[in-house]
Amino acid sequence: MEVLGSRDILNLDRALGLYRVIDEDGNPVAGEPSLPDKLLLDMYTYMIRARILDGWLLKLQRMGRVALHAPNKGQEASAVGATLALKREDWLFPSYRELGALLVRGMTEEEILDRALTTIDDPLKGSDFAIYGHRKYNIVPAPVPVANQIPHAVGAALAAKIMGDKIVTMTFFGDGSTSRGDFHAGLNFAGVFKAPVVFVNQNNQWAISVPLKRQTAAPTIAVKGIAYGVPGIRVDGNDVIAVYTVAREAVERARSGEGPTLIEAVTYRLGPHTTADDPTRYRGEEEVKEWERREPLRRMRRYLISRGLLTEEEDKALWSEWEKRIEETVVKVLEKPPLPPEVILEDVYEEPPWNLKEQMKELRESIRLLKELGIELE
Amino acid sequence: MPVMNMVQALNQALREEMARDPRVVVLGEDVGRRGGVFLVTEGLIDEFGEMRVIDTPLSEMGIIGVAIGMALYGLRPVAEIQFIDFVYEAFDQIVSNMAKIRYRTGGMYSVPMVLRSPCCGGIRGGMHHSQSPEAYFMHTAGLITVMPSTPYDAKGLLKASIRSNDPVIFLEPKSIYRTIKEEVPDRDYTVPLGKARLVREGNDVTIVTWGAMVYQSLEAAKLVEEKHGWSVEVIDLRTLFPYDKDAIIESLEKTERLVIVHEAPKTAGPGAEIAAYIAENHIELLRGPIARVTGFDTPFPLVHEKLYMPNIARIYMALKKVMQY
Ligand SMILES: Cc1ncc(C[n+]2csc(CCOP(=O)(O)OP(=O)(O)O)c2C)c(N)n1
Ligand SMILES: [Mg+2]
Repeated sequence: MEVLGSRDILNLDRALGLYRVIDEDGNPVAGEPSLPDKLLLDMYTYMIRARILDGWLLKLQRMGRVALHAPNKGQEASAVGATLALKREDWLFPSYRELGALLVRGMTEEEILDRALTTIDDPLKGSDFAIYGHRKYNIVPAPVPVANQIPHAVGAALAAKIMGDKIVTMTFFGDGSTSRGDFHAGLNFAGVFKAPVVFVNQNNQWAISVPLKRQTAAPTIAVKGIAYGVPGIRVDGNDVIAVYTVAREAVERARSGEGPTLIEAVTYRLGPHTTADDPTRYRGEEEVKEWERREPLRRMRRYLISRGLLTEEEDKALWSEWEKRIEETVVKVLEKPPLPPEVILEDVYEEPPWNLKEQMKELRESIRLLKELGIELE
Repeated sequence: MPVMNMVQALNQALREEMARDPRVVVLGEDVGRRGGVFLVTEGLIDEFGEMRVIDTPLSEMGIIGVAIGMALYGLRPVAEIQFIDFVYEAFDQIVSNMAKIRYRTGGMYSVPMVLRSPCCGGIRGGMHHSQSPEAYFMHTAGLITVMPSTPYDAKGLLKASIRSNDPVIFLEPKSIYRTIKEEVPDRDYTVPLGKARLVREGNDVTIVTWGAMVYQSLEAAKLVEEKHGWSVEVIDLRTLFPYDKDAIIESLEKTERLVIVHEAPKTAGPGAEIAAYIAENHIELLRGPIARVTGFDTPFPLVHEKLYMPNIARIYMALKKVMQY
C-alpha cells in the first residue's frame, strides 16, 4: 500500500544518502555534469568573492570596525549553489552565514561592507549586526534569533501562491536551528499548504559548541522532512555543482506547484562560530584538518582545471583581480562617515508617536550637554 | 578574601550549590564543554558530569519546558538562556506554566527553578543581544525577578534564588560581567531576595536603579555634587519583584525627590510601576515630579548605544529637573 499516495515524498534513499557530482578531489563521480561552462565558472567566481569578503570582515572586526562577524569559510558552496537556482524575482530569506548567496542575488561588496561597518550608506541604518539584505534584491534581512525566518519564507511562498505569482522562496538555516519550534511549524505549514518554498539547511556539524548529535537523534536532517510530507534530499554541501543540481530540481518542483523541499547541505564551518568564539574549547584540530581537505573551493578549482575550463594562471589572475577590487572597496567604505545619532529613534513606526518625538528632544539635548561637559561616551 | 568578577562569583555560586545539593542541575545551550558563551558555567561539567551539566538542543522552549518538568519532579534546575533576547520562544512555558503552576494546582506543585540569563546593553550587541525585558517578568504574577550589580551580590543572590521555592528570573548585566571586581567570600552566604542595597548616602534626591545603571547613576551623582553641591542617594533595587518598597519610602522620607534610572524602555517599563506605586501611596513625601531616565522606546540600536542607554548627561538632566522644580 502506498502511504500518502506518494513514493517521492517518502523517498528515504534521497533523505539518507548523499548526492554528489564531484568528489573531494574534484573528480566527477558519475559522468560529466552537463552544465554550461559559464555557469561552472560563475559558481567558482562567486565562491572566491565570498571567501575574500569573509576574510575582510574578519579583519575589520579585529580592527574594531565591525561589531561581529560569523565566518563563512568552508560553506561557500551551499550558499552559492542553492541561490544560483533562483530567478531574480524569487525571494530569499537568509540566515547570517551566506555571503555567497547575497552576491549571487546581485548585492555588491560595497553594499555588504556599508552594512557591516554601519556607514552613512548602510541600507539597514545600523539596525543589527551580521545581517544583510535589501528589498531591491528580494532578500529579507534575517532576524538574529535563529530559525525565525523559516515560517516567514513559508508565508511569503503561500502569499505568492494565493496571489497567483509564480514565485519561489528559499530560506537558509543551520543544523542547530532545526531544534526550534519555528522549523517544525514552518515545515508543517509548508507541507499542509504545498507552499512553493525551498528549505536549505546548512548542516555544518556544529551549533557553536554543540555537535549535531546533540540536536537530533534522527539519522539525518533531510529525513525530518518526510514526517511533514516534505521531500528531504541530502547533498554534499561542499560540492557546488551537486547543491545547484538539487536546488534547481527543488525550485522547479516548487514553481510547478508540487510544493516544498527540504535540502540538507552537509558542510563544515572551518572558522570560529563568530568572532566572539574560541572553537579550541570544544573541537579537535584533527576534525578541522579532515574538513579542510574537503573544502569547496579547492575542489571546484581542481575540477575546472581538469576539465580544461581554467588554467593555473587564469586561476591566479581571478583571485588577484577580486582581491584587488574588494580591497579597493574596503578602503572606500572605511572613509565613509558614520550614521547620525538620530537614526536610533527612526523607523519604529511609519510616523513617530508623541513619545518618540519627546525622546528625540531628550536625545538632542543630551548630546548638547555632553559637548558642554566635555564628556566622550565611547 | 579573593577578588572576583561577576562571572567568577556566579560560577562559584553554581559550584557551591551543586556540591551542597545533589538536586541542583544546570542546562542550556553551550553550558557544558564551552562553559557557556560568557564562561559562567566553566568547569562545571568536569566536576559534576554530563548528567548534571546538560548541553541541550537549540530550543529555548525545550530548555524551559523541560526544566519545569524537572522542577516538578524534584530537581532544582538552573536553566540558562544564552541571551535573554532569545527567551521569547519560551514565553508560553514561562507565563503559562513556570509562573502559574503553584496557583493552578492550589499550591500542590511548585516550580523551584532559576532561569538565568545575560541581559542588557553596553557591549555593541545590537537589538538581539542587548535587551532589558525585566518588565515582562515583573508583570507576570508568580515570578521573582532579580538583577545583581556586583560580584558579591551576584553570588549571594544566585544562591538565594536556587534555594527559593518559587521560580526566579535571574538577569545578569553582561557589560559588567568582568569590569567590576571586588572581594567575594569563598564561603557559603546568601543575599536575601526582596531587599535593596543602599549604594550611596545622600540627602537631596534619591535615585532608584539596578544592574549596570548603578554605575552610571553614581557618576552622575558625583557630577552634580561637584557642580551644584546636591547630595544624591543611590539605591540598587537588586530584586525587581517583589521590590523593596520600604527602602524607597525610607529614602524618600529624607530626600523628598525621586529619579528612577533603568535601561529598559520607558513606556510601561519597570519605572512606571515604581513611580505609580509611590504616587498612589506616598505622594505626600514628594516635593515635585518623579523623573525617569530609561532606554528609549525603540528596539535596542547597534549604533550609538551609549546615547540610547541612560548616560551621565541624561541622568544629570533628570536630576536638574527634579532639583530645580
Ligand atoms: C533563538 C536563538 N537562541 C540562541 C542563539 C545564539 N546562537 C547564535 S548562533 C547559535 C548556533 C546556531 O547554530 P546553527 O543553527 O547550526 O547555525 P550555524 O551558526 O552553525 O551556522 C546560537 C545558539 C540565537 N541566535 N537565537
Ligand atoms: Mg551549525
